[in-house]
Amino acid sequence: MSSVTYDHVVKRYTADVTVVKDLNVDIKDKEFMVLVGPSGCGKSTALRMLAGLESITEGQIRIGERVVNNVAAKDRDIAMVFQSYALYPHMSVYDNMAFPLQMQHMKKDEMDRRVKNASKILGLDPFPKRKPRALSGGQRQRVALGRAIVRSPKVFLLDEPLSNLDAKLRGQTRIELQKLHRELETTFIYVTHDQVEAMTMGDRIAIMNGGILQQVGTPGEVYDHPANLFVAGFIGTPTMNFVPVTTTDSTAKASGFEAKLPKSVAAGKGTLGFRPEALTDRPSADGSNLQMKVDVVERLGSDQYLYGQVGSDQVTARVDPRMKVAPGDTAQLGLDTRSIHLFDAESEAAFF
Amino acid sequence: MSVATAAPAHPQASATGRTPRTGRLSEAVSKAGLHVAVIALTLAWITPTLGLLINSFRPGGAFNTSGWWTAFAPPFNFTLDSYRAVLGASDLAPSFFNSFMITIPGVIIPTTIAAFAAYAFAWMKFPGRDWIFLGLVGLLAVPLQLTFIPLLTLAVHLGLTSGNTLPFGLNAGFIAIWLAHTGYGLPFAVYLLANFFRVLPQDLFESAEIDGAGTLTVFFRIILPLSVPALASLVIFQFLWVWNDLLVALIYVGGAPEVAPMTVNLANLTTSLGQGSNLLTAAAFFSMIIPLIVFLSLQRYFVRGILAGSVKG
Repeated sequence: MSSVTYDHVVKRYTADVTVVKDLNVDIKDKEFMVLVGPSGCGKSTALRMLAGLESITEGQIRIGERVVNNVAAKDRDIAMVFQSYALYPHMSVYDNMAFPLQMQHMKKDEMDRRVKNASKILGLDPFPKRKPRALSGGQRQRVALGRAIVRSPKVFLLDEPLSNLDAKLRGQTRIELQKLHRELETTFIYVTHDQVEAMTMGDRIAIMNGGILQQVGTPGEVYDHPANLFVAGFIGTPTMNFVPVTTTDSTAKASGFEAKLPKSVAAGKGTLGFRPEALTDRPSADGSNLQMKVDVVERLGSDQYLYGQVGSDQVTARVDPRMKVAPGDTAQLGLDTRSIHLFDAESEAAFF
Repeated sequence: MSVATAAPAHPQASATGRTPRTGRLSEAVSKAGLHVAVIALTLAWITPTLGLLINSFRPGGAFNTSGWWTAFAPPFNFTLDSYRAVLGASDLAPSFFNSFMITIPGVIIPTTIAAFAAYAFAWMKFPGRDWIFLGLVGLLAVPLQLTFIPLLTLAVHLGLTSGNTLPFGLNAGFIAIWLAHTGYGLPFAVYLLANFFRVLPQDLFESAEIDGAGTLTVFFRIILPLSVPALASLVIFQFLWVWNDLLVALIYVGGAPEVAPMTVNLANLTTSLGQGSNLLTAAAFFSMIIPLIVFLSLQRYFVRGILAGSVKG
């Protein structure tokens, strides 16, 4: 079993600098878990505590059943891929991958078999003798992966491994990493600030902000049912529309429109959230319609984004590209109220 | 960024008001200026050396009466007498050997200690680390001469004088001078290496830690191979300093011929041979051979070593 458990984990540097606050996550065996959040949210620190590169101030981290708080990094049976790849510049591709095995005093032939196997999986077999400086960014990244693979660790830790690659290569590598995860059948923990990587790769996503875990769930769950305003705004591009509303029973009244709520709520103030694609050029069945004064139109071919004002609120709509609309027009849009969210004005938690 | 610095990066940027052609011209002019300056400096340094070289081939005493450049006018009067006299001096061979006996350990000992110390200063956490490092660097400012009396007293108390012989027939004076050069060389050596080690990327160490490498393995398998340029420059510096040193050798071993290096021996040439100062020219060139070989064989590392740390390699 190589599940990973964060049990009330705290990381504090000084009395008033706490970078990870009471983190509780259960990562299942063979799961691809993505830790995502803006920079400085504590995701990398959480990973580095698991790797053994940072001490744990409070709480427990367990790999399987074993508490690893006081286990040295090398004895945790993990492997880590760094953002900078951290290849040893003076060693060849082969030696870079063999290094962790040499440290375990593994027998030559077994070591050779493992390194060659990893090279083949990653397509590095044509150039075992090359030094890292003679490799492209993508190849270096694969050597870093290879160095992790050869150890057959219980858990793979990946710290923003794609952020040094160009956009095209990043897309390819994303797919390769998913394949690799399936082939290796090992737990992957992947840290990124990029919500697209999180959504496309993760079995589950853990979203962090300000050292606090916001929500853990499958990509579908966090997209369709964000736990709070932060998650709703962080996941998805273009971002969700947020409109201040006053609620009475099952109606939410904004500055420029009224929306039928799927559930009745107590009267009060709140924030209504709806994704750009919840707006369509067809009138809504329940009369939740709105007029948008369009400022900017972006045609992407597959979609069309409208940016404009509804009442006194800024709203983005993603509509059918065949809809005829120009800047300055007033567009009649219907709101699909099945996928709207309401957030508490104070706590920012989602009612639904 | 100013327009002037931006222009070469974007040759097509005629918006800056400069056509590429005038840009290239001004670049050529400034390059020529640089070349002139470098050549002038080189000449200024090399001319006296050249004079010394020519004088070493002129008959004894000639340089007391005329400048070295007159040698290029007839009568061409070159001779190898000075070299013959120097090489024929009875104690040249032992002093040449002594120079090696002093220089090689005088380089290896401080470099080795400094490499370990620099690793600790750069990458290990221990209380007072920064203050100790600061104190060590502060030692660079201590004048050598201040240390002579206390250190020499210590050496005499410990029996490390040229009069004593240790096991394997090793003259104790060598130990004194090795330790002296180690002490004098260490502050700079530690400073240079620690600065170099410090800019090695932290990820490498963390990666090695996860891979299971211990402190010593990291040192020998990762830090040392990556620090060849810095080590080479340090070796050159220390080698030149120890090989050319006269003062320290004179103080710690005096003129004892069984320990005295070349420098001491050469300094004695003038006095022991009376009017032999012409011999000095030949002797100086003879003693330059070894440092030149060391420098030329390591200099490609030396240049990289100087750049080390300032440019991410």
